[in-house]
Amino acid sequence: MLKRLSFAAQMALLALLLLAPFLGLYPVFLMKLLCFALFACAFNLLLGFTGLLSFGHAAFFGFSAYVTGHLIKVLGWSPELALLAGAVTGAGLGAVFGLVAIRRQGIYFAMITLALAQMVFFICLQAPFTGGEDGLQAVPRGMLLGSVSLMSDTVMYYVVAAIFLACYLGIARIVNSPFGQVLKMIRENEPRAVSLGYEVDRYKLLAFVLSAALAGLAGSLKTLVMGFATLSDVHWSMSGEVILMSLLGGVGTLFGPVLGAGIVIALQNLLADKVGSWVTVIIGAIFVICVMTFRKGVVGELQAYMDRRRQHG
Amino acid sequence: MEIFGIPHQAFLGQLMLGLVNGAFYAMLSLGLAVIFGLLDIVNFAHGALYMLGAFAAWILLDKFGVNYWYALLLAPLLVGALGVVIERVFLKRLYGLDPLYGLLLTFGLSLILEGVFRELYGVSGQSYQVPEQLTGATNLGFMILPNYRAWVVLASLVVCLGTWYLIERTRLGAYLRAATENAKLVQAFGVNVPVMVMLTYGAGAALAGLAGVLAAPIIQVTPLMGSNLIIVVFAVVVIGGMGSIMGSIVTGLGLGLVEGLTRVFYPEASSVVVFVVMIIVLMLRPAGLFGKEA
Repeated sequence: MLKRLSFAAQMALLALLLLAPFLGLYPVFLMKLLCFALFACAFNLLLGFTGLLSFGHAAFFGFSAYVTGHLIKVLGWSPELALLAGAVTGAGLGAVFGLVAIRRQGIYFAMITLALAQMVFFICLQAPFTGGEDGLQAVPRGMLLGSVSLMSDTVMYYVVAAIFLACYLGIARIVNSPFGQVLKMIRENEPRAVSLGYEVDRYKLLAFVLSAALAGLAGSLKTLVMGFATLSDVHWSMSGEVILMSLLGGVGTLFGPVLGAGIVIALQNLLADKVGSWVTVIIGAIFVICVMTFRKGVVGELQAYMDRRRQHG
Repeated sequence: MEIFGIPHQAFLGQLMLGLVNGAFYAMLSLGLAVIFGLLDIVNFAHGALYMLGAFAAWILLDKFGVNYWYALLLAPLLVGALGVVIERVFLKRLYGLDPLYGLLLTFGLSLILEGVFRELYGVSGQSYQVPEQLTGATNLGFMILPNYRAWVVLASLVVCLGTWYLIERTRLGAYLRAATENAKLVQAFGVNVPVMVMLTYGAGAALAGLAGVLAAPIIQVTPLMGSNLIIVVFAVVVIGGMGSIMGSIVTGLGLGLVEGLTRVFYPEASSVVVFVVMIIVLMLRPAGLFGKEA
């Protein structure tokens, strides 16, 4: 029964993904939502399935956003290559962060990634190719594979949706693979994983690089959709937002981060012109409420509720 | 006279500025270390509490005419009281959970505090006058020393060493260190550990508030002054390791000096040098300079 319900829910969500532009929703909003959903899923691969809290994911998101923007706007690269370059940039940066940060555990890991990301922020602030305070503006979407114009929001939407779906299924595959099982073991009991002979650091590093690559891709995609990359993409508050998305939706669940991203982005869109800088306060308050009352997140609590019901008949 | 081709006035001036920054790093990382030791919580809100201290001083002067010297006492008390409230209402319920939740909760709290002050006072800074007793500068012969900066370094050294003495050399400090090692056992000996934990967080918050008051006259008082600083302080804590009080003080001051030197020789790198040092230390000595854990 539950399994059938979950299958039906998945089909409904897939249909929603495919039909969304015809439901009267603003396509740019939907694309932005999918970019952040991808970002949150990438982050959750690390926190939810490996147990590593990175407080520096904005670095991958934002730096790749700049790289893609620069490659398209200044060097005239095609969108697909620029997106690929964004993902590779994320992976490279992730390898550097990972090598430094996995030398410490737990709370230190979070502080180190935060500090490294702040360094990337300062570099972006000063480097000439990022446009400093102004950011990179008016990045053209160009022609996909040299033949399909992405100027139309509908075409762009389906490209974004396809990339998102591919990455989402990829993450689901990773999580359920033997590799994913090892990651979960590291999350649950690292000393035990070590004693069983796994080279924990290599697994952590690979998970970090994968997560960073996907976060980079999300940032690149965001540049392509919105046409700009700015300092707010690399700022620590962006790292905070992606944590909130995962936490709110449900850390360690596959769909949680997508839902969390949806809630946060929708909230920002709804509130931005009404309450101004109170948005920060509201985001902070959601953080506090989340940590105090439902640490498993919406999807996580729902799953726990279903499990309880099943156990009690 | 020149030092490495830099006029020595400018050189010493930057070193002094570095020392001032280092004094703030030391005070803040000290508070973080004490709180982490007992509560197992990395207090992200430390930056926001520092900001609150500066704003409290500014509001006390602007609205109530309370001068700097009273603010130096009053503002930390106010911030400390807020700390006690935070501990009672929120942190108390998180003990025993993964320390990451404490970090996330205090992150949320700092967003709230910063957001409220940004709404009330905007992002542009408020300036706070240097108290008249400390205006001007003293000519030491080899350099001209602004009195207020000298005071900041002196005051924070006294506070840091006082805290060190309190924790390492007094009976109360012994209870504190014992509770850090094994809270249950200390409780069994009849020490009221929950109250001690509450007061420790309050004291840590007050220390951040005091740093804020000291900083108010030399920097613009803005809602975001704390969050930018706290990330550097995190790096300082990673470099020093949170195991030792003296370690925090030495590391804080040392990195302030390193930053000052960088500003002399290669100003572009001055905002990232602490992070670079962090990477190097992690590569060579992952537990941090004064860290004990593996």
